[in-house]
Amino acid sequence: MTPLQIVFLLAAAFTLVSALLVVTRPNLVHASLWLIAALAGVAILFVLLEAGFLAAVQVVIYIGAIAILIIFAVMLTRGVMSDAGPGVNRNWWGAALSAVLLFGGIVALLSQVPAAASRLPAPLGDADALLEDLGRSLVDVDRYVLPFEVASVLLLAALIGSIVIARPSAGEEGQK
Amino acid sequence: MSDPFGQIGEFLLNLLTGWGLEAGLASFILKAAGAAALATGCLFSTFLLIWAERKILARLQDRLGPNRTGPFGVLQTIADFAKLVTKELIFPSGADRPVFLLAPLLVVMSVVGIWAVVPFAPRFIASDINVGVLYVVSIGSIGTLGIMLAGWSSNNKYALLGAFRAVAQLISYEVPMVLVMLIPVMLSGSMGMVQIVEGQRSMWFVVLAPIAFVLFYISSLAENGRAPFDLIEAESEIATGYNVEYSGLMFGMFFVAEFLHAFTIGALATTLFLGGWLGPGVDRYPLLGLVYFFGKAAVIWWSIIWVRMSLPRIRIDHMLAFNWKFLTPLALSVVVITAIADKIGPAGTLGRTLAQLLGNGLILVVVLLVLRAFAAKIRRRPTLTSASTSLGATAR
Repeated sequence: MTPLQIVFLLAAAFTLVSALLVVTRPNLVHASLWLIAALAGVAILFVLLEAGFLAAVQVVIYIGAIAILIIFAVMLTRGVMSDAGPGVNRNWWGAALSAVLLFGGIVALLSQVPAAASRLPAPLGDADALLEDLGRSLVDVDRYVLPFEVASVLLLAALIGSIVIARPSAGEEGQK
Repeated sequence: MSDPFGQIGEFLLNLLTGWGLEAGLASFILKAAGAAALATGCLFSTFLLIWAERKILARLQDRLGPNRTGPFGVLQTIADFAKLVTKELIFPSGADRPVFLLAPLLVVMSVVGIWAVVPFAPRFIASDINVGVLYVVSIGSIGTLGIMLAGWSSNNKYALLGAFRAVAQLISYEVPMVLVMLIPVMLSGSMGMVQIVEGQRSMWFVVLAPIAFVLFYISSLAENGRAPFDLIEAESEIATGYNVEYSGLMFGMFFVAEFLHAFTIGALATTLFLGGWLGPGVDRYPLLGLVYFFGKAAVIWWSIIWVRMSLPRIRIDHMLAFNWKFLTPLALSVVVITAIADKIGPAGTLGRTLAQLLGNGLILVVVLLVLRAFAAKIRRRPTLTSASTSLGATAR
């Protein structure tokens, strides 16, 4: 085994164990911390695939933004320090079903990829060229410019919506 | 002498393979050892940084500063460190032990991690990844997480208040900082730190984008959480905030992270805007790059200390308004103007430089006019009304 394989196995095991702990920990803050650990494990996998951009974006968006938001929301929940109630409610079978369906869907999708059938691993592309291609395809009219712009409009709408909700209504505005 | 660091690496690699190690394993061990050496070096340099900062602070306040332990008091930090190490690590009752322990580690990690992509001299960089700027942003956000967890896990209301302030401040000021970090990326056409430094051979980016540099400096000050942005550990308001329950070495780690972060800001500003290790004669003698790099970084670091000693703490609503109503729109307009001016002439030409300078001048004039109109409006506003005082209105 090469050192790279050992690192991969360790990272993969770490990701899986953390992901399992996310759903089994009774304490919400601990669960979100394990979520961060799982996301960091995925970032390590990206690094091993020489996808440095995806790894950095994974940390920025998922750990730096989403996980912090989750922890902040949990911290503001009342009595979370002492609360260690049951981790599941009566909808657990629905969650389990959708998780299994999603997993099956992803496996079915990945098995369609031609590289999945071959025994030999596909060689890694040039990281710089791949990154450049990703950037160009996001602004190329023939490729992904429309989804890209639609996503940004959606985010803008969410941004404006949150401001509208957070604004004090006219009555309590006072004399600002 | 052209590549001393590469030669050291090659020598060690030959040594390890000479001992009968496989080549892949040897380079893996070397990389791990390099990472350990860099991180340890950063942390050890903090001993000197803390002493120097205390000396400078003292001089700015017309005091002597530490002068008892060793020559010029240079061993004072080591004595303080020894004291912190021997102290008991106290866990407050009701604290969340693992999270309480994890928080200072994350904070230190986020600062030390930045040094992995800082180029000290030509070919002297721990890891020249092609997304260096993005990496700096991502590793910095982990520090916010650490501060939040520290405040939450302490089971102390002042610590929690500090954590809330930290989230409000650090996440808000990350927005303009990330925006202006785009400008060196646009000007050099790369996110790799080495490429950014190389892109400044004809002209430092601080000349091409002075407003962006000032915005980066201000928002970095806020990210560091020091005066005038020291609301997250305001001693007189919330009893030092998120780290109030920490003792011994765990408190020392927050301390180390803060002091190291100040110098890290200097290093980042140097790399992104002040030409990094570039200077006369650096191509013939790469070691000279170290002198230039640390010299420039030290100037920025010194100015941060100067600001810390000179300005009083900003009020919390002013802090947020300053970010969202001033820095962020300004950073956005700088990004737009730079993008437009960048397309006017090819890189390195006089036309592009002039276009950038014109764009920055335009922004400066508009900003001054807007600020003047805003100040006039503030002056016209009545200070007292029948409903409530202006103090009550802002405190709400």
